[in-house]
This record gives sequence, C-alpha cells and structure tokens, in this order.
Amino acid sequence: MYRNKISTFTLLLLWSPLVLLAQVPKDTVKVLKDVIITGKPYREVIPVQSLSGKQLENLASHNVADALRYFAGTQIKDYGGLGGLKTVDVRNMGTHHVGVFYDGIQLGNAQNGVTDLGKYSLDDMEALTMYNGQKSEIFQSAKDFSAASTIYMRTKKPVFKDGKNTNLLLRYKTMSINYHDPSFRWEQRLSDSVSLSVSSQYIKSNGEYSFRYKRNNQDGSLAYDTTATRHNSDIAALRVESGLYGKIKKGSWDAKLYYYDSDRGAPGAIVANKFADGYRQYDRNFFAQGYLVKDFSDKFKFQTRAKYAYDYTHYLARDTTSILGETVTEGAQSDDSYYQHELYFSTVSMYSILPIWDISLAVDFQYNKLDATRKGIQTQFSYPQRYTVLSALASSFRLGEFKVLASVVGTHVTEQVRYNAKAPDKTEFTPAIFLGYQPFKETDFNIRAFAKRIFRMPTFNDLYYTMVGSSTLRPEYMNQYDVGFTYNFLSETAFLNKFSIQADAYYTHTRDKIVAAPTGNLFRWMMTNMGQVRGKGIETVLNLGKRIQQLNLSTNLSYTYAESKDFTTFAGLALSSYGDQIPYTPWHSGSAIINAGTETWNFNYSFIYVGKRYNGNVNNIKVNEVQPWYTHDLSAQKSFTVRNYKFKATIEANNLLNQHYEVIYNYPMPGRTFRLIMSVQL
Amino acid sequence: MRKISNNILIGFCLALCFISCRKDETIFLSTAKNVALPVNGGNIEGFYMLNEGNMGMNRASIDLFNYRTGTYTVDIYSERNPTVVKELGDVGNDIQIYGNKVYAVINCSNKIEVIDKWTAKRINKIDVPNCRYMAFHGGKAYVSSYAGPVAIDPNAEIGFVAEIDTATLQIKRKVNVGYQPEQMVVQNGKLYVANSGGYRVPNYDRTVSVIDLNTFTEIKKIDVGINLYGMQVDSRGDIYVNSRGDYYNTNSNLFVIDTKTDEKKSVLNMPVLGMCLVDDLLYFYSVEWSYLTNSNKITYGIMDTKTKKVISNKIITDGTDKQIMIPYGLKVNPETKEIYLTDAQNYVVTGYVYCFTPEGKLKWKTSAGNIPAHFAFITKN
Repeated sequence: MYRNKISTFTLLLLWSPLVLLAQVPKDTVKVLKDVIITGKPYREVIPVQSLSGKQLENLASHNVADALRYFAGTQIKDYGGLGGLKTVDVRNMGTHHVGVFYDGIQLGNAQNGVTDLGKYSLDDMEALTMYNGQKSEIFQSAKDFSAASTIYMRTKKPVFKDGKNTNLLLRYKTMSINYHDPSFRWEQRLSDSVSLSVSSQYIKSNGEYSFRYKRNNQDGSLAYDTTATRHNSDIAALRVESGLYGKIKKGSWDAKLYYYDSDRGAPGAIVANKFADGYRQYDRNFFAQGYLVKDFSDKFKFQTRAKYAYDYTHYLARDTTSILGETVTEGAQSDDSYYQHELYFSTVSMYSILPIWDISLAVDFQYNKLDATRKGIQTQFSYPQRYTVLSALASSFRLGEFKVLASVVGTHVTEQVRYNAKAPDKTEFTPAIFLGYQPFKETDFNIRAFAKRIFRMPTFNDLYYTMVGSSTLRPEYMNQYDVGFTYNFLSETAFLNKFSIQADAYYTHTRDKIVAAPTGNLFRWMMTNMGQVRGKGIETVLNLGKRIQQLNLSTNLSYTYAESKDFTTFAGLALSSYGDQIPYTPWHSGSAIINAGTETWNFNYSFIYVGKRYNGNVNNIKVNEVQPWYTHDLSAQKSFTVRNYKFKATIEANNLLNQHYEVIYNYPMPGRTFRLIMSVQL
Repeated sequence: MRKISNNILIGFCLALCFISCRKDETIFLSTAKNVALPVNGGNIEGFYMLNEGNMGMNRASIDLFNYRTGTYTVDIYSERNPTVVKELGDVGNDIQIYGNKVYAVINCSNKIEVIDKWTAKRINKIDVPNCRYMAFHGGKAYVSSYAGPVAIDPNAEIGFVAEIDTATLQIKRKVNVGYQPEQMVVQNGKLYVANSGGYRVPNYDRTVSVIDLNTFTEIKKIDVGINLYGMQVDSRGDIYVNSRGDYYNTNSNLFVIDTKTDEKKSVLNMPVLGMCLVDDLLYFYSVEWSYLTNSNKITYGIMDTKTKKVISNKIITDGTDKQIMIPYGLKVNPETKEIYLTDAQNYVVTGYVYCFTPEGKLKWKTSAGNIPAHFAFITKN
C-alpha cells in the first residue's frame, strides 16, 4: 500500500510540470535559457551528456560522484559515509575503463586505477561532461582516445563583469549531521590577457549518521529492527587550487596547481557482532599542470600539455578489543604508506587537408612510479616504474550530411621493478570509428553509430600486490558498439520551447575482465578475473523546457536498461554463476530532475532510481539480491543583493523520504539530511 | 511535435511500470532439496555444513543434511534464529559439535555462535576476536585466535588459545602460543597448536605449541615447518600436521609428531591442504598454487597411518574430480565411510557439496552457500 503511494507520488511529480505547461497560453513564451542536461546538438557523433553552470548549482549535489548519478548509463559505487569511497562505472564496463579528466588532463592512479570522485567538489566546477567512447573531436591528446568512456571536469575560469578586476566569493555549508564546510574563491585580473584564480575549501565532519537494519518474519511480523550510528566515517579535508589563465595571439594557455589533504575514516562493512571498525586513510595529493593551444595557421593547430602529480596515501588499521581484561588486536593490523609520482607530457597537431577533411596526430608520454613503506610486512615491495607511450592518429571527414571520425591508438608499456618479477612489455593497437548522419536538412535529427576497441593495463596492485595472487590476472580487452540518435527542437513559439531526446543502444564485450570487489578492508581489493562479460543496454535522455514569463521550467528524465552477463569459465569449467548478471548492475535505473527558476528564486526536485541488482556473491539467487533504492532531493535557492553584495541562500533536503538503503551490500547510506548553504559575492 | 513528445512520455511511463519498489526485507529463508535416498541405520543423523562466506559479505551460513530423509537444506540459521541481528555473520571458519551444543566459529564477526544440536537455535554467543578453530576435551572448549597484545610493528602479535567452560560458555583462561595459530588436537592431557604465522609472510612461524592443560601454560614449541595449518591425531598418538608451503619454493608438506616424545618424527614429503582421519586412513587433498607456473595443481590421496604409505592417489574414481574447481572441505563419514567434498568454485560464487561412495563414485551433488567448507556430523546421544 505504502509502496503504491510512493510510486503514485513519484508519477505525479514527474507529470506535474506537464500539467502546468498545458495550462499556459502560448504567446507568453520567451527564449529559454537553461536546460538541465544538455545533449549538445551540433555535429556530435558521439553520445554526450553534460551538466554545467547553474544546473550544477541547483542540483543539491556537492561532489562530482553525486552529480554523475543523473547521467544515463552511469552507476556510482558508494560505500557511504562522509569519507567513504565513491567510484563511477559507465555501461557496467568497470571503473577502470572510465577516463576522468580534470581541466583537460587525466587523473591517474597507477597503483589501483581507482579515482575517488567523492573527493572532487562541485563548488569550483563549471561543467561535467560524459562521453561514451570519446569526445567528438580529433584535436585532443592520445589519452582522450584511450578510454571506453570519458568524463571531463572543467573548473570555472575567471569572468569579470562591468569592468571589475576582482571577484571574491565566500561560502559556508552545514548539514543536519555534524558538518562544516567553509570555502572561498578569489579571481583577479592581472592584465588584459592574464587572470588568476585561487580557491580553497575545508570540510570537517564527524560523519556520524544513523542507519537501520530491519527484517520481518515470513508472516510479516517483526524479526529484528536495529538502529545504530555509523562510526569512523569522519573526514577533515583541505583543498587549495589555483589557476592562471592567459590569452595569446590565436591561442590560449592555462596553468594549475592543486593540493588536497585529508584525514578520514574508511567505514567498513556492517556485519553481525561488528558494527564499527577503525581503518584510517590519510591522503595528500598534489599536482601541477599546464596547457597551451595555438592556431599557427588556418590549417595547422597545435596543443601541448604537461603534468606532474604526487600522491601520498597512508593507511592505518589498528583495531583493538579486550579479552579477559587484556587489550588485544581485533583483526589484521596494517600501517602502510604509498608514494606515487606521475609525469605526463603530450603534444597534439591537427592539420586541415581540405575544409572537410582534418587529420591529427597526438603523442603522449607518461611515467609512473610507486614506492611504499609497509610496517610489519616482510616481503619485498616491487617498487614498480612504468613508462607509457601513447600515440593516436585520427581523422575526421565530412561529406554533406555525413561525418566520419576514425582513430587508432598505439600503446607501448614497459616496466621496471627493483624486486620480484616484472610484467612483460606490452604493445597494443586499438581502433575506433564513429559515424554521424543528419538525414533532414531542416530538422536537428542525427543518427550515429560507433565501434571502439580498448585495452587496459592491469594496475600496479593487480600486478605486484604481494600475496593477492594478482599476477594471474590477464590484461583486459573491451569492444564497444553503439547506435543512437538525437533530436533537438528549440522554438520560441511552440508549446514546448525545448524538446530534446537522445537514445542509444549499445553492446559491449569484455574479455578477461578484471573485477575489483572490496573485502572487509576497504583499501584492499579482492581481485577476481571475471573472464568474459557481455553487456547490452539502452539509454535514453529526455529534456523538456518551457518559459512562462519570468519562470523557467525544465525537466530532465533519464532511463537506462542494462544487461551485463558473466560468462566466466575457470580452468575450463563454468562457474555456478555462468550467465548471471554481474554484481551491482541494475536492470533498470533512471533519474528525474525538475527545475523551476526565476531571476532570484530556484526550486529543484531530483529523483534517482536504481533497481534490483545482485551483490558481490554474483549468483542471481534470492539471498544475493539487493533491494532497489530511490531518493528524492529538494532544494530551494534565493539570491538577493544588499548594496553591491550578492547573497545567496540555499536550503536542501536530501533523501526526503528517509530511505535506509545501501548502494553496496553492508555499507549503509545516510537517511534524510538537510543542508544549508550561504554565500556572498563581493 | 506534440504527438512525438506524448509518445515519448508514454514510453517513459511504461518504463516506470517495469521498475519495482522496495519491499520490507524478510529474513533469509532456507531451501530444501531431496538429494539422497533416506537411510535408517547408524548413529549419525546428519551433518551441519558451515559455508564461510566472503569477507565483508556477512554471508556465513549453515546448511543441514538429514540422512533420515535424504534432504539437504540450505541456509537454516536465519529461519531458526530470526531475531539475531544480521544473522550468523562474516566468515565462518570452523564448526564442531560437543555434547548437545554446536559451536560455529565466525572469524570476522569475532564470535563463537553456540546453537542447539537438534533445533539449531541460539544458546549463546561467545566473543572471541579473530577466532579460528576449536578443539574439545573434558568439558572444555579450546579456541585458537590470531588476536594478540598490540605490538608496535603490525603483525608481530602472538596469538592465543582460550579455554571455555562448555557448561557456562564463559572464557576461563588464555595462553599465548605462536603467530596466527590454526588447528589443534588434544592428546595425553596436552593441547597441540599449529602456528602458521600467516600474517608474517615470508617469515612464517614453523612451530607447534604444546600446552599443558592442567596449568594451561606452553611447555614446549616443536620446530616442524613453515606455515602450519591442519592437525589430526591417530589412535597411536601420532599427530599429522600439514604445512601450506610458501607458494613459491617451499612446497606444501605433511609432518608427523610423536606425542610420546613431543618431537617431529618424520616428514612425509607430500602436499596436503585438507585432511580427514577415519580409523587408520588419512584422506587428503592438495591444491597447490604456484607463482612460478601461475596455476593450481590438485591432487587427492589416501594414506595408511600405520605404515605412513599412500595406498591410493585417488579419492574419486569415476572422473567427477574433473568437475571440481577448487576442493575445499573434506570429511568422511566414520560409520559408512562415505566421502564428502566441497567445491569452493572461485570463492565468490555459490559452491557445491559432493557425496561419494566409499569406492569414490558420485552419489549426489547439490548447491550449498558461498564457500562451503566445514562439516560436523550429528550423532545420536
């Protein structure tokens, strides 16, 4: 009964803007400014979804992982807690096949290949864009070509209005659970062609929220009902970022510094008789990067980029308990520190042979090194170093309403180790082809198709982690095929001012897939070589927009159907899970965003649904089933000006119906929380 | 235009109809299956099977096989103990029956679950951190544990054995033994503990601790071999203790300890991972991982403990062994000499339990839980 009510409620909410729209006379329509998720209409031959500017601000999401949940085809693995790990998976191909780029350069983690997206704040983010396959252009680095899906985080660049030379923004966020988050952003014009930005954010939270486990007997009577507090999910994190942005003749450059420092708890699995543990993680990340682009002539364009990154992670497990009055260790103890260095350099040259025919060559070089000190571990660490050379040759060709884009990436990897056996050198070539066609001149309707082959190297952990048996892991190959269309309709006079839809169907085939599943100890992954996985799915995104006088209404709906099945054989034998859906892969998932805004007010409702799926025990049987979850978030925002100060206040309610859910089995998520955000711009 | 948008919206609405909502969670229910013909003779009524469950999954589970009905019932614990929060727990490591109580050691839940032999209902739980295996003697239970005094260096903690009164289920005494102690046997009033040192790769422990049960002190450490694990004792007082090797250069091995002298008596130079001693026969298997060849080598065998000679290099004679991915649990019915073997698959998915005739022919096979591993026979009083 209760369930039905919820679905009815949801349906009503989904439909309500349409009901509203139906009552508005047509002649009041004006140009629509904002739409929630933009399906870029022009000449995109690759499925893309994007969130930017005000849309990001209105969303009641505060880190990159939370915002990515609104994209069709993404699944976020979220271990809960303020300090918990959040990773993204696109089309269930695995988080290692997603390339995440920060201002144009990939964020790497040669050690475990996992990018924790919960760490990246949306405060300074201008846009988040996700491509299936790769970006629809050829003027990009070899790294941009070398992932099965790519996510671009683009931070804000300084914009000075009305002759101002300085912008300063102060912001403070707090929550109904213990949480303090002050931040600032300062932008300064240094000269006509150079500007500077400095921003910083400090987050402190004890991370304590209540969670609940409840089960009924078969007859519906209560079996148990326990509410407890999530411990060891606290965080203290500081982020400092600075950027220099310059213009040159027919080009531009930028340089960035980034520093992140955190001390956080890594909350463990909630299991019988153990509702708390105390694994700690300390991170220090630093990177410096630069980018330059210049058109040397109408025909020849050039870009170059460089990066140095240093990552330090200290992991400490020292849980104790007492027995017969004596203090003893509770589980395996560890006190490990890892130090990673990365150097990256890339050049891209593009030449227009004909106005309809471009060709580009990108060459990237990357060096990775992993050092470690591991107290109490007496095996020799390998101290691996890796040299990677990637080169990409790409061409795009337009003929009438056809567009063809083809690329091939060559990857050569060579490694060195101080101890133990090293992995052999590897050379791989992976091609991709993208086709686009616009059949009707007057209508913005595009059909597209692509095929892409990708190879990923095992990470340092995969290869060299002592005693985890990782050397048995084979490299991983992925073929991805996609067909889809977009249709965009923009009008000032029609009933809907914006109507946009995109739909894609895909097929993926992974051979020797490496799947990382967490153990009771979050930092240590249990590596399983899933062998063969075949996936297929459908993704649809629908945008509707309407303007009624000063009021902008927009709706974004996404729906994903996904199948991803395990056809693993082990030593020639089929596993008992043969043909079953892989873990944490819902058949149905979707999201809805409904936004209503005026010049000074904004109301946002967002909804996320993740359907039934199976947990890490793989077999699609009742005991391994994980319940669907869905959250409703609301936010209201008001901006006002006092003297020349622009104030903004936001109040948000997340998980409005207080659903006690889990994304990952035994890792409970927070229930209902409220958030208050105040900012002032000087 | 409007027509298209209407169609699309109807499509979305239809999609919503397919998706489902949350239901109230129900306790984990058992599933029963007839796998064998009912048997009436003998003292053994059936057995409990402890499935370990992967770490962090909280999916340790207990299955029940009933000889009288030939029924194998998967996952009985939650149904019989619906009020126990989060069920049996995380990583089952050992199950044994002593008197009318069943003791299930749940390693990562830091407890021993004590249930009634006939009803499988909880009697109590005993908190023991990082508990591993149990042994029983004279109304006392002994449990080995990796937990130890906190040392500055991680993994330098010396493990302990605790003594539990089986009447009150209270921990009475504890004694420190070697690094990461595993299985134990009792002989002549002494407890023998195999110390693995598994946390201390590659500097494994290589000793068996001898504990005097009166004073509950360690009276001797016998140097045996690296990474010791399992223990069985025969009717003549010889202890068989196996080493898991170091997976590189030192192979898995089987050693014999003479309990009259408390010395290592012989090295049998054969790989043994799991074993079960019935009468004078030691049934064993070995799965040896080699980092040098990156593959598993699986062997089976039966040894006569009187002569210490392997009398067969087969347990399974009908070729079924080729279907078994990773043999994990091994037990022989002491009355019928039927052989039970589990297949842990890749440790992630649902495993299987196999039953073979004494001659090694497949009798039945059924699905169990995740990592089926440990058997405990239920005998009439």
